[in-house]
Amino acid sequence: MIDRSPGTTVAAAAAAQAARTRMGYPDSLLEDLYRRMLRIRYFEEEIHYHISRGHIHGTTHLYVGEEAIAAGAAANLSDLDYITSTHRCHGHAVAKGTALSGLAAEMFGKRAGVCGGKGGSMHLADPARGNLGGTGIVGGGLPIAVGAALSIRRLGQDRVAVCFFGDGAMNEGTFHESVNLASVWKLPVLFLCENNQYGVSTHVRRSTNVQDLSLRAAAYGIPGRKVDGMDVLAVYEAVREAKEYVKTNGPLLLVAQTYRFLGHSRSDANVYRTEEEIASWRRRDPIPRFRERLNEEGSFSEDRIEDIEEEVRREVDAAFRYARACEEPGLEDLLRDVYAD
Amino acid sequence: MRTDAGTGARRPREISYAQAVREALREELRRDPRVFLMGEDVGIYGGTFGVSAGLIEELGPDRILDTPISEAVLAGAAAGAALTGTRPIVEIPFSDFLSLALDQIGNQAAKMRYMFGGAVRVPLVVRSPAGSGTGAGAQHSQSQEAVFCHFPGLKVVVPSTPYDAKGLLKTAVRDDNPVVFLEQKLLYKETGPVPEEEYLVPFGKADVKRPGSDLTIVAWGRMVGMCLAAAERLESEGVSVEVLDPRTLVPLDTRAIVSSVAKTGRLLIVHEAVRTGGFGGEIAALVADSEAFPLLKAPIRRVAGFDIPVPYSPNLERNAVPTPERIEDAVRDLLVQGEKRPAGRTGSVRS
Repeated sequence: MIDRSPGTTVAAAAAAQAARTRMGYPDSLLEDLYRRMLRIRYFEEEIHYHISRGHIHGTTHLYVGEEAIAAGAAANLSDLDYITSTHRCHGHAVAKGTALSGLAAEMFGKRAGVCGGKGGSMHLADPARGNLGGTGIVGGGLPIAVGAALSIRRLGQDRVAVCFFGDGAMNEGTFHESVNLASVWKLPVLFLCENNQYGVSTHVRRSTNVQDLSLRAAAYGIPGRKVDGMDVLAVYEAVREAKEYVKTNGPLLLVAQTYRFLGHSRSDANVYRTEEEIASWRRRDPIPRFRERLNEEGSFSEDRIEDIEEEVRREVDAAFRYARACEEPGLEDLLRDVYAD
Repeated sequence: MRTDAGTGARRPREISYAQAVREALREELRRDPRVFLMGEDVGIYGGTFGVSAGLIEELGPDRILDTPISEAVLAGAAAGAALTGTRPIVEIPFSDFLSLALDQIGNQAAKMRYMFGGAVRVPLVVRSPAGSGTGAGAQHSQSQEAVFCHFPGLKVVVPSTPYDAKGLLKTAVRDDNPVVFLEQKLLYKETGPVPEEEYLVPFGKADVKRPGSDLTIVAWGRMVGMCLAAAERLESEGVSVEVLDPRTLVPLDTRAIVSSVAKTGRLLIVHEAVRTGGFGGEIAALVADSEAFPLLKAPIRRVAGFDIPVPYSPNLERNAVPTPERIEDAVRDLLVQGEKRPAGRTGSVRS
């Protein structure tokens, strides 16, 4: 990890580093991207384990398979940049840099959770790090991102708002209203669509007449771009360019093609898609794919890669041990924080 | 303040309800650079009811933002802006359109603070004119305050006078929570005393608009004036009616309502909103569950809008919501019941 202060992105720190690898990126950036993806993957696998054993109640929407998007995007953002998230919000929260202990504790409904145990799986937030939170309402976060960008503009800040949403949200009215308003006012919002092909069980072919979702940008007079959401470096590059673009020109729509390897939520039996389809996307798994590329780099020996994996594994394990051990909120918390004083 | 010619007595100036709202907007926009107003036609057009007239000329398009017709994103962007260091005021031209923004108001803005464990403040105001009486039909005439009272996290304000409108709006802008501020479109041209010096009206503090001893009317918004006029007529019949305006429904001044009812022993609740699910039911329930209950001399009664969409034709529209006649009849009926005298004098119309 590159040491950084708020306001410094990994990207900026990396650019300052002269040493370049064969891929044309600083070592430190490659390691950072790999760590971010691993954190999300291991975190989600732990959630999957605990929820299937009934240690965590409620439902959950896992991000496994989509890690390259959150990791590649967040590596371009500082704590001062904003994100809005979705019901599938774990990956975004992890990538944005929130301590895993607080996120895991939230999943277990503990007082030490990032939301004091009151938010849960769909509402992970960390406003101090620019994460304005997940929402259980599909499309609900788009207007919030526009508002954050409006503040950025009004306060004259050098920041961006990145709005994560899915292919399903693209058919909500808030998508149209939000992209339209942001484009009229040229606000610094990156609309980052994670097209994981399905809205619950309905394939995007059956929900949307235009298959290239980036074409919708034309309706708002803004650029629409596509990126392979299974390739963390491609996402990193696309978001790096998009971030610079939106700061001076207003919004941009970036559509990342991806796939969720697991079901929509806890109750999903995957009856609407074939094993073959899942397997074909798993062959594009962003993590082993990036690992191979790291291996080809001179400076990433197998030992070094394994060390990184081991370290992240220990970090995730510690977070879950902590989360399970810490105390539940008490009834004295029940009525608290409905209103600010 | 100005001096009356001849007498030398000072009396407060009178301005309209719309002017009072505009003054509150102007003063708060000038006081705090983080505050801004956005909405459909709030700029050069001056707002659908002319409330923001002149503000864009005075404060510029950077503070007074005309927007597309997009209620959902306006409410949601207000929430997003409120989370990130600015203090938006949104105008929605008719409160009926708030249903288009209800997810952003009720699911997003209202819940964020609690859902995120107290980590955020959401200082925003959604202003919108409510009520019937303009011949605009069923989708431009509703009173939906109860809907917003049902979302914990929102504050709900329904001002009945120019004085309250100004003082409450200034409080709303300074509040760190989402506030739904329901202006009364039929009151915009009504005038009343408003001091020139700055003042605030606190939330959660009811106002006794008229003291009385025989019966308490709890009413808000446009109904307050109608009830005051009814009380005046009833006074000539020897009936002393207290009119209590809670001014904010969330937070609600429960104590003021209960102590007034404990004093008079009779409660009539009057609201323009339809009866079923209206906030009047909530007030009736809280009094029934209070120390005032055993002191009641008559049943609690509501005079409310009928359970119908607001109709167009003038005579139908006028009678869809409480009328002075229905209010007076209900008061007389409750007094008769309270004294256990045979009814029949009044021909009461319930609800």
